[in-house]
Amino acid sequence: MSTLSVIYALLFYAAAALMVLGLVFRIKTYASTPTPLKIPLMPAPLTKSGAAFRVFKEVAFFESLFKSNRWIWIFAVLFHAGLALALARHVRYFQADVWMVIKLIQPFGIYGGLAMVAGLLGLWGRRIVQERIRYISGPSDHLMLALLVVIGVSGLNMKFLAHTDIVQVKAFFLGLMRFNIQELPTDGPLLIHLGAVVLLMIVFPFSKLLHVPGVFFSPSRNQVDDARDKRHLAPWAAPMDADREA
Amino acid sequence: MADQKFETPALREFRENPAIQKDSMAHSQPFIAKPEHNEPLGFPGELVDNWEEKAVAKLGDLLEKNRALRVYLDSCVKCGACTDKCHYFLGTGDPKNMPVARQDLLRSLYRRHFTLAGKIAPGLVGAKDMDKEMLDDWYKYFHQCSQCRRCSVFCPYGIDTAEISMAARDIMDHIGVGQKYSNEILAKVHVIGNNLGLPEPALADTLEGLEEDVLEDDEVEVKFPLDQHGADVLLVTPSADFFAEPHVDGLIGYAKVFHQAGINWTLSSQASEAANFAMFIGSYEQMHKVANRIRKAALDLGVKRIVFGECGHAWRVAYSFLNTLAGPWDFLDPNYPVPQHILEVTHGLIKSGGIVLDAEANDDKVLTFHDSCNVARASRMGDMEGGQFIIPREVIKASCNNYVDMDPQTIHEKTFCCGGGGGLLTDDLMELRVKGALPRMEALQDVVDNHGVTHLAAICAICKSQFSKVMPYYGFSMDMIVSVHQLVGEAIQLGAKE
Repeated sequence: MSTLSVIYALLFYAAAALMVLGLVFRIKTYASTPTPLKIPLMPAPLTKSGAAFRVFKEVAFFESLFKSNRWIWIFAVLFHAGLALALARHVRYFQADVWMVIKLIQPFGIYGGLAMVAGLLGLWGRRIVQERIRYISGPSDHLMLALLVVIGVSGLNMKFLAHTDIVQVKAFFLGLMRFNIQELPTDGPLLIHLGAVVLLMIVFPFSKLLHVPGVFFSPSRNQVDDARDKRHLAPWAAPMDADREA
Repeated sequence: MADQKFETPALREFRENPAIQKDSMAHSQPFIAKPEHNEPLGFPGELVDNWEEKAVAKLGDLLEKNRALRVYLDSCVKCGACTDKCHYFLGTGDPKNMPVARQDLLRSLYRRHFTLAGKIAPGLVGAKDMDKEMLDDWYKYFHQCSQCRRCSVFCPYGIDTAEISMAARDIMDHIGVGQKYSNEILAKVHVIGNNLGLPEPALADTLEGLEEDVLEDDEVEVKFPLDQHGADVLLVTPSADFFAEPHVDGLIGYAKVFHQAGINWTLSSQASEAANFAMFIGSYEQMHKVANRIRKAALDLGVKRIVFGECGHAWRVAYSFLNTLAGPWDFLDPNYPVPQHILEVTHGLIKSGGIVLDAEANDDKVLTFHDSCNVARASRMGDMEGGQFIIPREVIKASCNNYVDMDPQTIHEKTFCCGGGGGLLTDDLMELRVKGALPRMEALQDVVDNHGVTHLAAICAICKSQFSKVMPYYGFSMDMIVSVHQLVGEAIQLGAKE
């Protein structure tokens, strides 16, 4: 067993733990913080299922972004949909018996990888060229894009240019899931690819990637328009009612 | 103010976005509240010792009380979707008036003290400590946000800058840096009952004068009752309706509607103000106090319904918050929503034949309608989604034969703020108000040129005051702005149902 394999295995365990615990903690914080007033952005759905559908449209189609800016929307969809396909393609590394749907999706996963990188480069280009977006961009915004581009490009590189020992990679990840560390191939592109993924997992709960849980907790999007029918008292605000004269 | 020198922006031919002009509005800030404005609200009179720490502590307090604040501070990815959506950015080009940049003024402090990344690597994520420079930027630029929520329409996470600027103003009030305009007015509401400090005798006198005016003009005895116990309807309306043009014509319109429909109504001298300025300063406690004046008035007068007059921010607090702040309304008639908007009442009466309108009375006008931001994006009318867009237009069309909408990108949920909302309707911010009105003025110019529009109808006291003041800067007559109920009042056939 090479030291490198052990290091990468431990990194993956640590990163997975940090990401999951960090996200759970953050989501718990969001869920337990009260919303003292009804603030859905109007016009808003009148029913709970309507509000859920509104959030679904936001998550699945980036509805508001579509209204806002067609270029950002195109690049964002390319990136996110591409990433989703690429991730789906990667599921095979975690399954001894690969599901039929994952087998079918394999070629699309490659297009996904290409779309993802194209989308990222588009977003990055706007960040540099478009004056307003350049103004609001900080170092972390560029670094986050760089990290994602590294992940995408190093992955595509393994597909199209320098193949890695994919059978051994799969053995490594299946081993990880069974707490039985296996040998990891040591070629550079793979180590860069996996190292960047580890880094992404670690920064996930501490960065703007919190937009992933955040979109589900946004009161302007997920609240139902029913303020005249129901009171919406926050626990901290309720005692104030005792002070009023009538 | 006379000493404010600035150029009215030119209407842009193709509505292209302005180039960034750094610090172009860095000189703009409202008068700072004096101790006598802050203290009645329970805020420190002036900048406290250790204000840097106290600001951080107050931010921590708000983060625990308001999910929206925490989620919005975390979620922004700096995609840029909002950067060209704020009327103040479009009118000034100052990059700190881009919604995301405005949020970042607060987000930098949040990141420094409440996120791991900001504690470890502040430079990487734009985290900063509180200092005088930050406080100055807050005071300037959180008073260049009218809390109109337009940015939130376009944000993929629904981030609402209004929530952020309310929080920032609340924090500033808690360290002794209040805005004179809002805090002075709130103190008046607590003592007298309305924003103007108009006491009961003066109000009674004004209403009597209106009765005489209507009798003279229409030869009908339309009443403007005050503090009438046992009335069915308590009307709560912005105090500007009592005297300012064109607001007062709207009030006359409401009275005529009630008169013809045979609705027994009253105003209250205790709650003679619909607007709740506490929303502007982001203070739940203050908002609760002001809102409960209305509850008390309703109980004291023994009314069965509460109806709000034409007032945008008031309607947000009324529609979205009043039940929470001042409910439950179990002592009122359960057959009516609480509260109701005067337009819901009028609209219902038009449908049921309870009032008769002759649209020809307004044939001298071609109307368009300005959706007030807080009505459009923070409230509703009627029982269907988007009723706040439909009902005012149907009432206008019932009162007037010539109506056209402005550009679809500037109405309904995408409407532009008038430029004076959210506690900015003060003369010390005149330059900001004029420049912020630019996008609305462009859309208006378009329908004036292409459809011969002569009048702009609005349903918000702030919009009406703001437009009458800034429209002359753009070459429009200040008489162009009318109340929707002014149109109703002119079209109503008082004799038809006597």
